[in-house]
Amino acid sequence: MRNKHKAVSYNKWGYIFLIPFVTVYIVFQMIPLFTTIYNSFFENYMSGLKQIGPNFVGLANYKALFASGDIWKYLRNTMIMWIMGFVPQIFFSLLLGAWFSDSMLRVKGQRFFKTVIYLPNLIMASAFSMLFFALFSDGGPINTILVSLGIFKEPYKFFSHVWSARSLVAFMNFLMWFGNTTILLMAGMLGIDSSLFEAANVDGATSTQIFFKITLPLLRPILVYVLITSLIGGLQMFDVPQILTNGTGDPMRNTMTLIMYLNKHLFSKNYGMAGALSVVLFIITGILSIIVFRATGDRQKAR
Amino acid sequence: MNKKLMSIALTAAAVGCVAGTTAFADGNVLNIQCWNEEFKTRLTDHYPGYEEVDGTHGKIGDVDVVWTITPSDDNAYQNHLDEVLPVNEEAADDEKVDLFLIEADYAKKYINSEVEVTEKIADLGITDDELANQYQYTKDVVTDAEGNLRGVSWQGCPGVLIFNREAAKEVFGTDDLDTVQEKVKDWDTFKATAAELKEAGYSIVSTVNDTYRVYSNNVTTPWVVDGKLNIDDNLMKWVDDSMEMVEAGETNTFELWSDDWAKGFFPDGKVFCYFGPAWLINFSMHADEEGSIANLGGWGAVEGPQGFYWGGTWIAAAKGTDNPELVADIIRKLTTDEGIMTDIVKADSDFVNNKPAMEAAAEDDSFAFAVLGGQNPLAMFCAGAEKIDLSNMGDYDQGCTEEFQNAMKNYFDGNASKEEAIELFKTAISEKYPDLVVE
Repeated sequence: MRNKHKAVSYNKWGYIFLIPFVTVYIVFQMIPLFTTIYNSFFENYMSGLKQIGPNFVGLANYKALFASGDIWKYLRNTMIMWIMGFVPQIFFSLLLGAWFSDSMLRVKGQRFFKTVIYLPNLIMASAFSMLFFALFSDGGPINTILVSLGIFKEPYKFFSHVWSARSLVAFMNFLMWFGNTTILLMAGMLGIDSSLFEAANVDGATSTQIFFKITLPLLRPILVYVLITSLIGGLQMFDVPQILTNGTGDPMRNTMTLIMYLNKHLFSKNYGMAGALSVVLFIITGILSIIVFRATGDRQKAR
Repeated sequence: MNKKLMSIALTAAAVGCVAGTTAFADGNVLNIQCWNEEFKTRLTDHYPGYEEVDGTHGKIGDVDVVWTITPSDDNAYQNHLDEVLPVNEEAADDEKVDLFLIEADYAKKYINSEVEVTEKIADLGITDDELANQYQYTKDVVTDAEGNLRGVSWQGCPGVLIFNREAAKEVFGTDDLDTVQEKVKDWDTFKATAAELKEAGYSIVSTVNDTYRVYSNNVTTPWVVDGKLNIDDNLMKWVDDSMEMVEAGETNTFELWSDDWAKGFFPDGKVFCYFGPAWLINFSMHADEEGSIANLGGWGAVEGPQGFYWGGTWIAAAKGTDNPELVADIIRKLTTDEGIMTDIVKADSDFVNNKPAMEAAAEDDSFAFAVLGGQNPLAMFCAGAEKIDLSNMGDYDQGCTEEFQNAMKNYFDGNASKEEAIELFKTAISEKYPDLVVE
């Protein structure tokens, strides 16, 4: 009885310590979330310096959004570029994570490599994009090298071809994020009881077998976490393609992501359309997260 | 606020202005909004008493000058103005925008805005007589619907064709101006010359966007007619002519201001010509960089296929400024003082907004441009400035121009049919200007 009573009085402190977070969350997350939904039902934009609205228009913004059908195209672009970046990212992260965490290999200079692979993430995405834009521009150094090596006869317009432009975006996202993922996965791998690996070794398992039969299954919770955070980050992809294509999403808007599309509406401060798009994006993110969550195994473990 | 301003203006008019030595009784901080260094250089070099403190600060007497430079890219400059100008009158005195610069493409937006964001030039105490020598078109751009002048410019921006003399000698055997003009006198001849230049390894222009202004200034209808988007035939001619040249490999599809576009400012860039007004030659063509064509004086200027203008910077006084006298004095000095204006021409190879002075200078060999290898192009600019017609200018020009070029790039690059590119343009416009009817 006495113990239980004590626990209850400590709970009070728990709530008090939660206050800062909850306040910040309500002010910066909850309120914007609900005002976004609210705004999506209004016609509200600027024409030059003239404010138009806000006028209540019901679902007109949503209708306009789906009528053009462009939103699905941008969703497709976003997903394609995310997957193109995520597949190599998870592959290299698992490989590096397995190498670094393998006590048998004893990779030398681990700290050095861990730092180096994390470095690209420290550069601002915009600076990184500017760098790539300069490197791969029509008359840039990459083209100069390719032409002088005789690989191409004339400069290849990287930003004027759908797949080269998408690949560049995916490649940059890969470069920026694989270090982060490696660190996360490695932490997960190091958390696996080393006696399991030893037992497997004693039983004569090969390192491939150990990886697939022990490491991967036990890594699942971390993998699900990585997948979902990356998916949400991927859906919000913006800075890299925006700067790389100067906001146009060229060629023919095939590299335009959902958030770039959102940004287009902010030119005229069109809070109605932008709000509607945000709400749709919110729903899509929710649905995809649930799918990923369910598809990656039983929920008991994932939790 | 308005009353205070009026009284200041009236006192100023009553007391009269002792040029240069007036101790300005207004605010302590002069806030200037602009998008590049051009005006800052002009003020530093030519406004008497301006002292530079650092990159974004200066001093005029006791007044601190604070520069806020926001690049035009992606509309950042206008977005910034839209934020600060409508609330300028409520801002603290030292925070108030006093003077801001605008370009022709979007001048109307700030001149005709429902919320008044510019002071009338007349309210600053500057009379029509003082501005009598200026080119009419520079006034038309910044005159509001009621006929009030709301901005003043120190420059005129008639454009010419600026060609690479070395290339002309190599391909045509001479850089004689008449011969070159004959080669580019109309668009058909221009295209034929493009083929000739390609044989010799030159692009006639750096990118298709170089010729855009020449076509877009010669349209017969504006971008927006009765609230509906409208694409002029001459712009479609630009699309067709450009596509021909791109397909023939005679030019490229770079964006203006990109590094690739600017390669032709150097001999190795192998570009025959650019289209532009005086400021392009002086301000953008790397004239102070060793080895650039401009630095070697290797450009020449001819009229080209059609007359056009490009850009131009107007000075506007922000509504609510607490330094109206200083702003008025800057406007007077830079846009009406003949001595200062001719200095600008000599020092910066700019074409200034002073008709008699320019006409006199056109006859005077001492005004020859070093960047043009000693040619004096002022007569050409004078003739061009007279012809500038702004009747098809509108509020939506900048967004339309930008999106049209972006969309058509897809067509030129072979990623879309002409129809698809036009659809893309219309989509982009409906996003940018939800109030326009796009069909």
